Amino acid sequence: MTGTSATVVPRAGLPKPVILALALAGLALIFIAPFLVKNYRVFQFNLVLIYAVAILGLNILTGYNGQISLGHSAFYAIGAYCAAILMDRYEWAYWATIAPAAVICFGVGALMGFPALRLGGHYLALATLALALATPQLLKYKKIEGLTGGVQGIVLNKPDPPFTFELFGSALNQDRWLYFMSLALTLVMFLIAWNLLRGRVGRALIAIRDHPVAAAAMGVNLPVYKSLAFGVSAAFTGVAGAMGAVVVAFVAPDSFSSFLSITFLVGVVVGGLGSISGAIFGAVFIQFVPNIADHISKSAPWAIYGVFLIVFMYVMPGGVAALAHKLLQRMKSAS
Amino acid sequence: MARLLEVRGLTAFYGETQALFGIDFDLEEGGITALLGANGAGKTTTLRALCGAVKMRGSVRFADQAIEGRATEDIARMGVAHVPDGRGTFSALTVEENLKLGAYTRRDRAGVAADMKRMYARFPRLKERRAQQAGTLSGGEQQMLAISRALMLRPRLLLLDEPSFGLAPLMVGEIFAILGEINREEGVSMLLVEQNASLALELAGHAYLLETGAIALSGPSAALRRDETVRKAYLGY
Amino acid sequence: MEALIQQVVAGLANGGIYASMGLALVMIYQSTHHINFAQGEMAMFSTFIAWALLQAGWPYWGAFGATVLISFAGGLAIQRIILKPVEKAPVLTNVIVFIGLLVIFNSLAGWIFDHTIKPFPSPFPKFTGAGKLISGHDLGSIAVMLVVLALLYSFLRFTPAGLAMRAAAQNPESARLVGIRVSWMLGVGWGLSAAIGAVAGMMVAPVVYLDPNMMGGILLYGFAAALLGGIDNPWGAVIGGFIVGVLENLLGAYVIGTELKLTVALVLIVTFLTIKPNGLFGKAVVTRV
Repeated sequence: MTGTSATVVPRAGLPKPVILALALAGLALIFIAPFLVKNYRVFQFNLVLIYAVAILGLNILTGYNGQISLGHSAFYAIGAYCAAILMDRYEWAYWATIAPAAVICFGVGALMGFPALRLGGHYLALATLALALATPQLLKYKKIEGLTGGVQGIVLNKPDPPFTFELFGSALNQDRWLYFMSLALTLVMFLIAWNLLRGRVGRALIAIRDHPVAAAAMGVNLPVYKSLAFGVSAAFTGVAGAMGAVVVAFVAPDSFSSFLSITFLVGVVVGGLGSISGAIFGAVFIQFVPNIADHISKSAPWAIYGVFLIVFMYVMPGGVAALAHKLLQRMKSAS
Repeated sequence: MARLLEVRGLTAFYGETQALFGIDFDLEEGGITALLGANGAGKTTTLRALCGAVKMRGSVRFADQAIEGRATEDIARMGVAHVPDGRGTFSALTVEENLKLGAYTRRDRAGVAADMKRMYARFPRLKERRAQQAGTLSGGEQQMLAISRALMLRPRLLLLDEPSFGLAPLMVGEIFAILGEINREEGVSMLLVEQNASLALELAGHAYLLETGAIALSGPSAALRRDETVRKAYLGY
Repeated sequence: MEALIQQVVAGLANGGIYASMGLALVMIYQSTHHINFAQGEMAMFSTFIAWALLQAGWPYWGAFGATVLISFAGGLAIQRIILKPVEKAPVLTNVIVFIGLLVIFNSLAGWIFDHTIKPFPSPFPKFTGAGKLISGHDLGSIAVMLVVLALLYSFLRFTPAGLAMRAAAQNPESARLVGIRVSWMLGVGWGLSAAIGAVAGMMVAPVVYLDPNMMGGILLYGFAAALLGGIDNPWGAVIGGFIVGVLENLLGAYVIGTELKLTVALVLIVTFLTIKPNGLFGKAVVTRV
């Protein structure tokens, strides 16, 4: 060190080795966690991972591309029923149902994209809300009961893990195995999203959201991008739905009401519109808040959702992700 | 004559961008004052700042009362009528409804009815189209409607933003003549923002020249008309 | 033939409800250019308030009037307190706030009044002279709806305040220039909307029974009605409501079966929005540059 003055100004950021250690510890925790807690918790973790993907899907459309959708429960339902029907009626393996769910939902989403082209803002919100409200009724329709199981839905079997394993006295059972499956799926989906959104596609989507006329004038093909955005968004949420069906081992029309759409919206808002990492925060929120709030009253979770929606719009439009980002900046910068 | 309008150190902002850099000007009661300048000089911004429609700082005194920081509708209720650029007509409403709205804050029904008659007498074309949707009127007719609506307020001060904009020369001449009439016969003071400097200097008694948000020149119209820079840059000779 | 007439008449009765919801939606849309997604839940909550007053022993029309007034005040308050801060925010923000309101009203109703289904009385006699074609309640509710519409129309068309509201809705900047307090006009618009919604809720509750989820499907039909008539046209919303009501019943009875009614609404909505976003009667405003 050079012979400078005696006082050394400490850097306000954390030194690199500490950050690395923390990251490794976090990673280890993620792998060990399911063995440290009871089954039911693992089940909740699984749902968090799945909801994260669903919320990510909605975020692609609404956060990045500015197309408001209150209808994502429909895509989740389609994905879930896809997986359930393939597994139950056609004896497909659970992991094989993900791809068809993605494809079908992509198709339906892209189709929704066409009327959506002419609809802006609240009209689109309205049309998608109509879709969400109509979905449970459609699923209960007597004429397709043979396929969908009608009001009772379809009961599935949770898949068994392919090998035995034990850690900290807990066995690798169905829920824990599904945890790792969900984790893998979630990582893959997040990677796809990150890749998609950081390049030309992402910029085009954001341009369409912020200045559609300018974007079109600069050669961005609006109809194509907007429909694609819808399709991709639906596919993500459909994949989540399919995995959800596997994890919950049950699908029924009333699980997929318009309130599920609103739940996803809450997840997007709390996590952060236009943020990929935010989807995790949002998923944690929508999974655990009802658990806690349920103790107060049956209606409390939804009242809290409503209040959070409004308050976040006033105070934290960027969601938790924006807040976390700010904190991270502060940790990194020197004082 | 008493000063109707006294402006000191007026600054205005569009978001972070500053548009006016501390201007001072006065307006005498009963007079017509012109605010000249090229596109983007800050003329419209000045009028909007006076009406509280844009973020502003500084002191604005109207009829010896401070109006800076007040809401637009309150300033209107004090007797300041603004004919904005683009006319600001309620295009989906009828001509008559537009006029009625001008008098919205007045309580004297008889006076309002009489004023309506006078507007129709002054602008027969408006009377012809009284039940027509205002958006279907021609540019000149909409300008007449906009001025009439402002006058229905029985204002002490009339702010006019580019009344000549987009109008044929003949129509412009007609309108300016009527403005002069209104000022003489009813004593309505006017602050006139115009790009068309020669017309404005003919009508107004006093003028200020704005350049990029600051006052470059001021004085009686006759003086400005003779000024070298004004002649070359704004009067074309 | 009689069955057909019965279906049409029943459709008209439902249509009256849809028409009022559509009208309430149009009122808010006209003044704020926003669609109030919370309209249904607000109406439902108002109906619960009426129910509570009735339980407390109030006479029907007293409770009715009080509920309408309370709803007006409530709507006004919501606009002033919750919506004003996000007035200038982008559409997405507003939609999210509306959804937030929807959810809060729904859960509040469940919390305060619990989720058991409750009967709600009708002020109209059980039968009319027309025999079995139409019930007293249906006829009464159509009549009430028409009275509400007439009052609203007169207010907007013939009073200075109504003119000011229309002006504020169309051109808030110019409205300020003539001294109209635009913010308060928006509040009044919300108040009127809430009041109309309350009337709709009280008319529909005797038929579908009162519970927090009563208005979901009806809201959807209200949207369809408003869109069919042109989202900026109050008359259109009314006519649209009656058309939607009759269509719903006829399609339900003869074409699709009653199970897919909401799907019908969905298809109607998406179709209108795609093909004729201005609705049957919506005006494109003419402006000369």
